Amino acid sequence: MSKAAATRARPLSPHLTVYRWPITMTMSILHRITGGALYVGTLLVAWWLIAAATSESYFSFVDGLVGSWFGLLVLFGYTWALFLHLLGGVRHLIWDTGVGLEKHTASQLGWATLIGSVVLTLALWALYFTAG
Amino acid sequence: MRTPLGRVRGLGSAKEGTDHFWLIRLSAIALVPLAFFVIGWIVSLRGADSAQIKASLSYPPTTFVVGLFVLISLYHMRLGMQLIIEDYAHNELNKLVLLILNTFFTILIGAASLFALLKIAFGG
Repeated sequence: MSKAAATRARPLSPHLTVYRWPITMTMSILHRITGGALYVGTLLVAWWLIAAATSESYFSFVDGLVGSWFGLLVLFGYTWALFLHLLGGVRHLIWDTGVGLEKHTASQLGWATLIGSVVLTLALWALYFTAG
Repeated sequence: MRTPLGRVRGLGSAKEGTDHFWLIRLSAIALVPLAFFVIGWIVSLRGADSAQIKASLSYPPTTFVVGLFVLISLYHMRLGMQLIIEDYAHNELNKLVLLILNTFFTILIGAASLFALLKIAFGG
């Protein structure tokens, strides 16, 4: 009897949908997604290393793929994921010391992580395409 | 009755205490300079042909740092994926299988990468 009462639809507190989406939430989700992407990306790193150790012709083939527009697009996404996860990790290390947990500071750190990752990614690729 | 000291010594039901938390942070700290080195190294390879890339990879300090980066990255990501699995796999069997696959995947990638790296380094 008590079980029947418990399964009856009850009014639930609306949680995720009623609040304005905070930047700290976005960054938390992105940190996890980029971590997962970097995890899968190690397959490509291992493939590249194995190709280099296999033969001249196979490595040239893989290097050609890396240099193609699609390869560069994947690498671009990979560097952004790496920078975002790296800066997000530094943000966590700061928090671990008990600093920066106040609401507005935490939001500022979230924006700094996002903007910092975009700036570092664009700077790296600008360097890559322009440096002699 | 357990004193606070006794509780800490027991390290909780998992007998690991804060090990997972600590190790993921420790590897994260090590990866910050290593990641910047590896990114810089890859940028320096711009326009290099495969022979030059292999020569650069077999230069001992580079082999060493790239190897460290690969191994510590894999260690760190195994710990991170463990968190994701424990958060989202609600079925006990699924969770166990995924945790096993997580470790197998990491060791497989690590062994393959290290083998390739050493083969290049020792002139393979």
